[in-house]
Amino acid sequence: MIEDSKLTSKRIAEYLSNGKRFDGRKVDEFRDIEIDVNLSKKAEGGAKVKIGKTEVWVGVKMSVGEPYPDSLDQGNLMVTSELTPLSHSKYEYGPPKFPTIELGRLVDRGIRESGFIDLKKLCIVEGEKVWNIFIDIYSINDDGNLLDASFIGTVAALKSTKIPHYDEKEGKIDYEKKPKDNLPLTENVPMNFSIYKIGGGLVLDPIQEEESAAEGRLILAAIPDKPLKICSMQKSQTMDLDTDEFGKILDLVEQKYDSFTKEINKKIDEAIKKNK
Amino acid sequence: MKIEEIKENDIEDFKSEEKERKVVVPGEIIISGDELPGEGTRKDGKDIIAQRFGLVDKNEKLVKVIPLSGVFIPRRGNVIIGKVEDISFNGWLTNINSAQSSFLPVSEVPRFIDKHHLDEFLDIGDFFSAKINGVKAKGIDLSLDSRGLGKLEGGIIISINPNKVPRVIGRNGSMIKLIKDSTNTRITVGQNGFIWIRGDNVEDELVAKKAINFVSEKSFVSGLTEKVEEFLNQEKEK
Amino acid sequence: MAYTKRFDGRKFDETRPITAKVGVVPNADGSAMFAFGNTIAIASVYGPRQLHPQHMQNPSTGILRVNYNMMSFSVSDRIRPGPSKRSTEISKISEWALNSAILLEEYPNTVVDVHIMIQQADASTRCAGINAASLALAHAGVPMKDLVASVSIGKMDKQLVIDVNKEEEDYKEGEGATDIAMSFMGAKKLTHIQLDGKISSKELKEATEMGKKACEKIIEIQKKALKEAMEIKND
Repeated sequence: MIEDSKLTSKRIAEYLSNGKRFDGRKVDEFRDIEIDVNLSKKAEGGAKVKIGKTEVWVGVKMSVGEPYPDSLDQGNLMVTSELTPLSHSKYEYGPPKFPTIELGRLVDRGIRESGFIDLKKLCIVEGEKVWNIFIDIYSINDDGNLLDASFIGTVAALKSTKIPHYDEKEGKIDYEKKPKDNLPLTENVPMNFSIYKIGGGLVLDPIQEEESAAEGRLILAAIPDKPLKICSMQKSQTMDLDTDEFGKILDLVEQKYDSFTKEINKKIDEAIKKNK
Repeated sequence: MKIEEIKENDIEDFKSEEKERKVVVPGEIIISGDELPGEGTRKDGKDIIAQRFGLVDKNEKLVKVIPLSGVFIPRRGNVIIGKVEDISFNGWLTNINSAQSSFLPVSEVPRFIDKHHLDEFLDIGDFFSAKINGVKAKGIDLSLDSRGLGKLEGGIIISINPNKVPRVIGRNGSMIKLIKDSTNTRITVGQNGFIWIRGDNVEDELVAKKAINFVSEKSFVSGLTEKVEEFLNQEKEK
Repeated sequence: MAYTKRFDGRKFDETRPITAKVGVVPNADGSAMFAFGNTIAIASVYGPRQLHPQHMQNPSTGILRVNYNMMSFSVSDRIRPGPSKRSTEISKISEWALNSAILLEEYPNTVVDVHIMIQQADASTRCAGINAASLALAHAGVPMKDLVASVSIGKMDKQLVIDVNKEEEDYKEGEGATDIAMSFMGAKKLTHIQLDGKISSKELKEATEMGKKACEKIIEIQKKALKEAMEIKND
C-alpha cells in the first residue's frame, strides 16, 4: 500500500514534468531485462522474464483437438494469465478479476493479430484435428509493467516451443519422446509497448510506484515492417489523450521499436542457445 | 519546524555491531546451560532454542533472538507513520503496516476539528505521523498529542523492513542525522518502517532514500557509518 | 520381480539432489524455492496481516492460510489453471502440516497467507511445497517452534525407498507402489501423513523412521539456505 501513496505519486509526476525519473532512467528507458527459457521440462516451451524486479513465467503446452467452426484449417490459440497472490500482497485468491483477464486478452490479441504463429501449419486433418496451443502466464513478482514482461515472455516461450510427437493412428501424443520440430513461426515477431501517462508526461516501463501514479496507459503491439505495422492497440483506464499526445506516443514507439526488438530477440536467441 | 523521531530503546541491540553475531533458525539450539530464554527463544531442559530466524543476542545470562524479518510489533510510545484508509464518525481508520488494525480518534487530536468534516483535517490517502497510545487485542490506538506529529505534506514516503529501523536511526540518532545533514532533508523515521523524506528538491530526497535503503540492506555489516559517509560523498559529487 | 535397483540408480535411502533458496519473490515478506530433483516448488508468505472479513478472525490467535496450486505447464497433460479438488485438499493438509510449528498467539485477528506453486512436477510435489513453505515462513520472520520438513517414502513391491519420483509412483510390479507423504516438525514430531497403496503396520513404522531420518537431513539443508541468505546481504 506504500506504493500508492498520494505524496509519492505527486512527487513522481512533478519530477517527470522535468523529464526525470526516481531511478535515474530516461522516460523511454527499460530496466535491465533477463530472459531464461528453462522453465519446465514438462512444457513444450517456456520462459522466465525479469524486467528489473518484475518477474513473469510463461509456459506453452500443446495438445490435439477439434478446430473452431470458423477456422477449420487452423490450430487453436488460447492465452490465459494469472496475477498470482504469490507475486504481490494486493492480489487475492479467487476467481480472476479484471486486471488478470485484461492481461491475458491483451497478450492474446497482440500474438494473434501479428500472425506470428503460422496457425495454418498446425492443422493435422482439416475440419477434424488441429494442434491446440495454450499460453499460460503467471506473475511471480509484480514491480510494475507486468504486461510488457508477459509479452516478451510469450515471444520467448513460443520461440523455444517444440511440437510433441503425435501418433495419428493411435490418436495420442507421446510427451516422453524427445520432440524435434519447432513451432511454425513467421517473421512477424511482435513486440508490445505499454506507454503510461503520468501527470502529463509519458513513460515506458514503469516501476510499481510509477504505475500507481499513472492516470492510464496506451498499449500497442507491432510487427517489424517498413513502415512499422501496429497490429493491436488498447487505451486503458479513464485517462484522456489529446491527438498531440497520441501522435507523440506513436512517434515514441516508431523510434524505439527497432533497437528494442533487436535487443530482445538477441537475448531470446542467446537464451535458447544456452539451453540446448 | 523540524520533526524529530523518538529513539527506541532497542539501539543497545547494536552495541556490538562489530562482534560476529550468530545467525539462527527456528528450532536451532543456541546454547545449553543455565541461561534464561528471552524474546524469540524457549527453554527445553537445559537448551535454549531459537523460535525466530535472526541473530543471537546474549547479554550475560539472557539470550534472545533479534529478528531479521517479520511484521512490525507495535509498542506504546512508538512514533509511526500511517495512512488514512477510511473515516468514521469519531476518527480515522488507519493502516500502519502492523498486523492489527489501528485507529486515530478525534479526541486525540490537540486542535479544533469540525466533527462533520473530519476529511478536512485528514482525508483518505493522506499520510501522517502519530504516536501509539495503546495496544489492545482489538486494535492499536493512535494519538497526535505530541509535538511535531500530524499530517505529512510534500516529500516522499518509503518503506523499509521495520526490523532495520534501529540501524537506520543509529546510536543516538547518529546515522539518520548523517543522512539528513548530508542531503539537507527533513526525515521522520516511523518505528513501523515507514519513512518520510522532504527536501528542497527531489534529487536530495532521492539521495536520502538511496542512503536509507543502503543502510537497511547492509544493516549488519561492520564499519557501516564510514561506508554511508563514502556513499553520500559520492552522491554529492554527481 | 523384486525392486532391487531404483530406476534412476539411487540408493534406497537417498533423496534426489535437493536445491533450496530463499528470497525468490522480493515483494513477499518471505519466500523460497525447494526442489527434489525435477520436482520444483516455490512459495511466498504475506503476513501476519489483517484478516478480512472480520467473521473469519480468531481473537485468540492469528491463523495460517495455505494455497497450493500446480502451474499448468508443470505436468505433461496440461492442468487447467485454477483450483481443483486435489489442490484444495493439498492446501488443507499443507496447512495442517505447518500449523503445529508456528506461533501466532501474539498476533490475534491476523492471517499469515502462504502461496505454494509447483513449477515442475515429478511426484512428491506436496512435500516439496511444504518444504518451500516452511522456509518461506521462517524467512518471513514468522515465529516458529521448529522448521517443518516433508518427504515421500515409497514401497516398491516390498522395498521401502525415500523420495519417490513419477516413475516409481507408477510402479506396478508385485504389490505395486505405495506412496506415503509425511512431514515432521523439527524432524521429531509428525505433523502430516498420507498414504496410498498397501502396507503393513510393521513396514509403516519402518517407513516413518526412514522419513524422520530423511527429514533431519532436509532440515539441515533448509537451515543452510536461510543462513546463506544472510551471507549475500553482508557483501
